[in-house]
Amino acid sequence: MSVSTERTISVTVNGVPRETTVPVRRLLSDALRHDLELTGTHVGCEHGVCGACTVLVDGQPVRSCLVLAVQVDGKAVTTVEGLARDDGRGGEVLHPVQTAFRECHALQCGFCTPGFLMTMAAGLEARDQSTEITEDEVDEIVGGNLCRCTGYANIKKACRHAAGLMREEAQ
Amino acid sequence: MTTKLMGEPVRRREDLRLITGRGRYTDDIGHGALAAAFVRSPYAHARITGIDVDGALDVEGVVAIYTYEDLAGPMAEPLPVLIPHPQLTAPRTGFPLARDVVQHVGEAVVMVVATDRYVAEDVCDRIVVSYEELPVVVGVDASRAAVHAVHADVPDNVAARHHQETGDVEAALAASPRTLSFTQYIERSACMPMEGKGVHAVWDADDSSLRVHTSTQASTSVRAAIAAKLQLSLEKVEVVAPDVGGGFGVKIVHPWPEELLVPMAAIALGQPVHWAEDRREHFISSAHEREQRQEITVGYDDEGRVTALDVRAWHDNGAYTPYGIIVPIVTATQLVGPYAVPVYRVRIDSVYTNTVIVTPYRGAGRPQGCYAMERTMDRIAQDLGLDRAEVRRRNLIGKDQFPYDHHLTFQDGRPVIYDSGDYEGLLDKLVALVGWDRAEERRAEAASRGKQLGIGMAMYVEGTGPGPYEGGHVQVLGSGKVLVSTGLTSQGQGHETAFAQIVAHELGVPIEDVEVTTGDTRRFGYAVGTFASRAAVMSGNAIALAARGVRAKALRIAAEILEADVEDLEIDEGVVQVKGTPGTAIPLRTVAVLSNPLRYAFDEAARQATQFAGPGDDSKPPVAVGDAPGLEHVDYYSPIRSTFASGAHAAVVEIDPTTWEIDVVDYAVVHDCGTIVNPMIVEGQVHGGVAQGVGGALYERMAYDSDGQLQNASFMDFLMPYASEVPDVVIDHQETPSPLNPLGLKGAGEAGVIPGTACIASAIEDAIGLRIAAMPISPTELYDLVRSPDAERVPAAIPGVPA
Repeated sequence: MSVSTERTISVTVNGVPRETTVPVRRLLSDALRHDLELTGTHVGCEHGVCGACTVLVDGQPVRSCLVLAVQVDGKAVTTVEGLARDDGRGGEVLHPVQTAFRECHALQCGFCTPGFLMTMAAGLEARDQSTEITEDEVDEIVGGNLCRCTGYANIKKACRHAAGLMREEAQ
Repeated sequence: MTTKLMGEPVRRREDLRLITGRGRYTDDIGHGALAAAFVRSPYAHARITGIDVDGALDVEGVVAIYTYEDLAGPMAEPLPVLIPHPQLTAPRTGFPLARDVVQHVGEAVVMVVATDRYVAEDVCDRIVVSYEELPVVVGVDASRAAVHAVHADVPDNVAARHHQETGDVEAALAASPRTLSFTQYIERSACMPMEGKGVHAVWDADDSSLRVHTSTQASTSVRAAIAAKLQLSLEKVEVVAPDVGGGFGVKIVHPWPEELLVPMAAIALGQPVHWAEDRREHFISSAHEREQRQEITVGYDDEGRVTALDVRAWHDNGAYTPYGIIVPIVTATQLVGPYAVPVYRVRIDSVYTNTVIVTPYRGAGRPQGCYAMERTMDRIAQDLGLDRAEVRRRNLIGKDQFPYDHHLTFQDGRPVIYDSGDYEGLLDKLVALVGWDRAEERRAEAASRGKQLGIGMAMYVEGTGPGPYEGGHVQVLGSGKVLVSTGLTSQGQGHETAFAQIVAHELGVPIEDVEVTTGDTRRFGYAVGTFASRAAVMSGNAIALAARGVRAKALRIAAEILEADVEDLEIDEGVVQVKGTPGTAIPLRTVAVLSNPLRYAFDEAARQATQFAGPGDDSKPPVAVGDAPGLEHVDYYSPIRSTFASGAHAAVVEIDPTTWEIDVVDYAVVHDCGTIVNPMIVEGQVHGGVAQGVGGALYERMAYDSDGQLQNASFMDFLMPYASEVPDVVIDHQETPSPLNPLGLKGAGEAGVIPGTACIASAIEDAIGLRIAAMPISPTELYDLVRSPDAERVPAAIPGVPA
């Protein structure tokens, strides 16, 4: 074909600079999963409704099934694989939202979980850590993602718990 | 002393991998495999007149294109009727790829294999299939009218007439002091797991063996189906259910066409082939459930006690009946719920329509049965001016009436005999939990805010843990690790955790030492599957029995070594010791090593078991007759019949008389699943079930138009509850252990969804004072009903159907 249908992009993924050549029509979700083999990002609906594929682009949550891979050229992407921090001793320290999901039984099949974690991490990190989280804030943070297993009660509980953990960390 | 584990909210061992992105779902497997995609029928009923692939052949990256003509041997025959039944007189199933006639939008016609999914979709777009349209049948009423036939050789559209009766219902109705009749509908919803289906197949040509990963609820049976359809020897086929992103019933159906076609292509092409179902495919080619029309006549006395019940219903089974008539049978037999019904007759016709197949979705016919029975209780209460809770109380099976025989035949072919329960206890707890007696106060308070408040309740009994069997394998390794496997699969229920609790408890080992594998035919080849709230009951008990076998063997070997009586030994924290003499002990891992007499020492532990390691008894063989090397045991649990869990739900709704928005403000659950292994997991199952119940009552429906086109086949248009739609749920437990199985368990997976439609319908009716006869109900439909109460959502007369 005369017009190039591929493009090489540079993107920092979970702190690591990566270069990959992708067809221009490649969705970010597919590029992450299939080209970079970061399969923690899941695709539930393919049209931006369920939020399972949410990743952070330059710190902001986006639905990676609605973004082309070429659109993140030069940007930083964080996926669920990059949520925990390296503890410097070969292990990892879970992000407070991960800890809270585990402690509150906020996941069952786990398929929607990465999207919730990324959305919640961004939502909680953006808030004023000097204040206690309100129910309205919890509803806002968890309200845009679909889960078919949990009925959301424990996801809301995990959101409150994570907010508390992050407040403690901030103090 | 070993930490108490049974009945404790042990945190899930599944979670760490799932919260760090290290889960392994089917679509995460097989990087670089060829990708399959499907051309599916755009018509609900049509004859295929031609398939032109010429335009697709020059797409760069196309590898293979398959149509029905490419299917050979058993693959060219119809898909199996998985559950035959004598009353299923006209079973019909499709082909893996449509042969000549398509029976619903979404039926697979062509499979394309290409270098990647994008290319495969390009190829699909260039394949031209010509169709001659045929008349379309949508909905139970049109099917019943039979103006057109779905299958030309089934002119009345009736696949099965299911009929059970416990006496002369007409005589009993005639003798009843009072009778009433009503008709109601319930619409279609679907499981909608967040992960669709998926299949990955790898053929090892040198070994002539096939490995398939599939997002299934029944890996052993998929394996058998693949072996049969592709004419492979069973031992050359491995099927693994990896992490599965939810099932709720749709993944118990098998073999899905793709579960056969993807392996077929992998074998033919000698390369791994992969298929991940997209969301639209899931809507139009995976299964739905729920749609029924129910005509109910009940006889009762002046105190509201039921004397006779006659149910006539029509069940939409979609285009084919691969899963038999399980859903209508479950409706028919679970309908009576916790009540003593002296004479009962049920007749359900299972009818064909040109829509996606109908197979179990969480609840599997029980929500419809509960809807019929519980609305009957409400109608009796209304007629007699009695409290709805009181009418229920007067009809409950008493605590002293167990085992209670309903004289019906359940979905497993076994009698419906309730094993144990305390239904009055449930009702008492529910009334207290929801504040039933304060409803009028709350109604007045809501009215002062301009809202119409209503309260409703519904009770259910759920047959759980049907057979035929499940098995468990428990093995202690020389490292001290305890390997556990069972053949049934997991879709998020926390089986790894619950089964580890059971083994740690039974064997006396630290739970950290226990590793559980489910749904992998390489580890356990005999299984039935995960459905009907049966995993804990079936595999939980099988694994407990296997652990008891290991324990008995460990004690026998340790008794010889310690020169003690078996009765004097105990196992605690992985150490076998003489009770009261902690010094006289041997670690279980050492017993495991010694249980396997060795010639070769490959490591330090093995050295202890070699032939010159210690004094042996020369008069006996190293492995006694009838014994086997290794500290392991396989056992099976096969119940005489199902065990019956039960519960009661109540919902409080507030309705805005301007927008007619229906808000479920309170939801109370009392739940009895016998002995509880892990209350955290059980509550999680209840929460999830209630959310699906609310969805089914107020939001979810499959909107087919009269041409058989599904108008809302996306998450944008099919409304599943977000967090904003799900009420806070309060839960109270009651534990009535089952006398049928060693652990006293009853199933918990489906219960949460069963009474949702019934109790929310009751609450809405209570709020507005008008009869609700079709569910789900939207604000618009509620508005129409209020504006014109005579607006008939439930036509008594159906065009073309004699009254």
